[in-house]
Amino acid sequence: MNFIKLLAMSVVLVGLASCVGRAVLSAESQPAPQQIKIDNFSFTPQVLTVAAGATVTWINGDDVPHTVVGTHQEFKSKALDTGDQFSFTFTKLGTYEYFCSVHPMMTGKIVVQ
Amino acid sequence: MADIIRENLNPDGIDRRGFLKCMAWAGTGTVCLLQGGVLNSYALGSTSKRLLGGLKSDLSFVQISDSHIGFNKAANPDVTATLREAIAKINALPTPPAFVLHTGDLTQLSTPEEFDALDQELKSVRTGGIFFVPGEHDVLNDNGREYLARFGKSAQPGGWYSFDHSGVHFIGLVNVLNLKAGGLGSLGADQLEWMKRDVQHLKSSTPIVVFAHIPLWTVYPQWGWGTDDSQQALSYLKKFGSVTVLNGHIHQTMQKVEGNVTFHTAMSTAFPQPAPGAAPSPGPMTVPADQLRGVLGIRDVNFVRGTHTLAVVDSTLQS
Repeated sequence: MNFIKLLAMSVVLVGLASCVGRAVLSAESQPAPQQIKIDNFSFTPQVLTVAAGATVTWINGDDVPHTVVGTHQEFKSKALDTGDQFSFTFTKLGTYEYFCSVHPMMTGKIVVQ
Repeated sequence: MADIIRENLNPDGIDRRGFLKCMAWAGTGTVCLLQGGVLNSYALGSTSKRLLGGLKSDLSFVQISDSHIGFNKAANPDVTATLREAIAKINALPTPPAFVLHTGDLTQLSTPEEFDALDQELKSVRTGGIFFVPGEHDVLNDNGREYLARFGKSAQPGGWYSFDHSGVHFIGLVNVLNLKAGGLGSLGADQLEWMKRDVQHLKSSTPIVVFAHIPLWTVYPQWGWGTDDSQQALSYLKKFGSVTVLNGHIHQTMQKVEGNVTFHTAMSTAFPQPAPGAAPSPGPMTVPADQLRGVLGIRDVNFVRGTHTLAVVDSTLQS
């Protein structure tokens, strides 16, 4: 076959190989822990998408206490003072809306997919 | 300096525009007296102190709010010291108040130690009694169990209650429990039902004072400064000629007149918060140390029976 066809085939083969490699890698490694910062009476990022099995950690940077409460009580933190943290591991797929029960205008969402 | 405002624009006898003009001066040490529909305002100098001393009031009480015992960050590292100064101001009033209303956020984190510390400080207030309603900081973690155990003994199970004094009916409401995601303060069906029955048989000439932590009018919803179902509560008070609502939570004085209802929010004794929208969030606002006492304070309220007369004096820890 001519040189161009050979080059094209090599590119495709290399591409396939690296795809396979990547797939094998993610099946064996845990998702990295995800952080949500609580600052200025808001959750940042307000919407966070994670993989099943991920652990999300909220850290309060405000001078007032906040809580993290799932709207359907799927998770519920104690009152977090400045510097306190709360972690939750999301094993089930789905969308989890949550809010601060002390300042309910603060809302956020975790999407597990 | 005495100044008389006469702007009676309404046949119901309440001088609203004059009242609002006068209220704009409150917090600088001004007394506004609504007497029979005409507004008189007096600056708090020695002349007016004598004048006020001569005014016959049937009832005087004090409102304090948002003591946040346990808070120790930049906005005020020593909230106990400023509370003590507020108490000294109360004790320096020419007439000891019949009682004190605390409109919530007694503590910062609802801990037993913080409630105990507040109790200890309030022992030195010279008054007949202290009435409380909880703030959201007083009901963390336990749905208000600690607060209710200490302050709910003579209240309804949910912590609300009413009492009468010198012909005035006082209603203490709880709007910081069972808050819904994305919502504001909340009174709930049980409390509303109780309140409806509580005022049903009162004569319409009875002056009413409602006190609750979160404002019962929508000051700034983006910061949660309002109560979802307060309109329903206020609808039960339509028949009364004189309704005063005293709130805390926003750590600054604001006033609003709506029909027969006058709303006042109070300063904190601990730290100020920004004006609506003036900062990214409603958190504690740090001011230069020499300005702190100018934005903290107490409120003295005097009633004169039978003439719809109400004198509200906001004074800072600096004045």
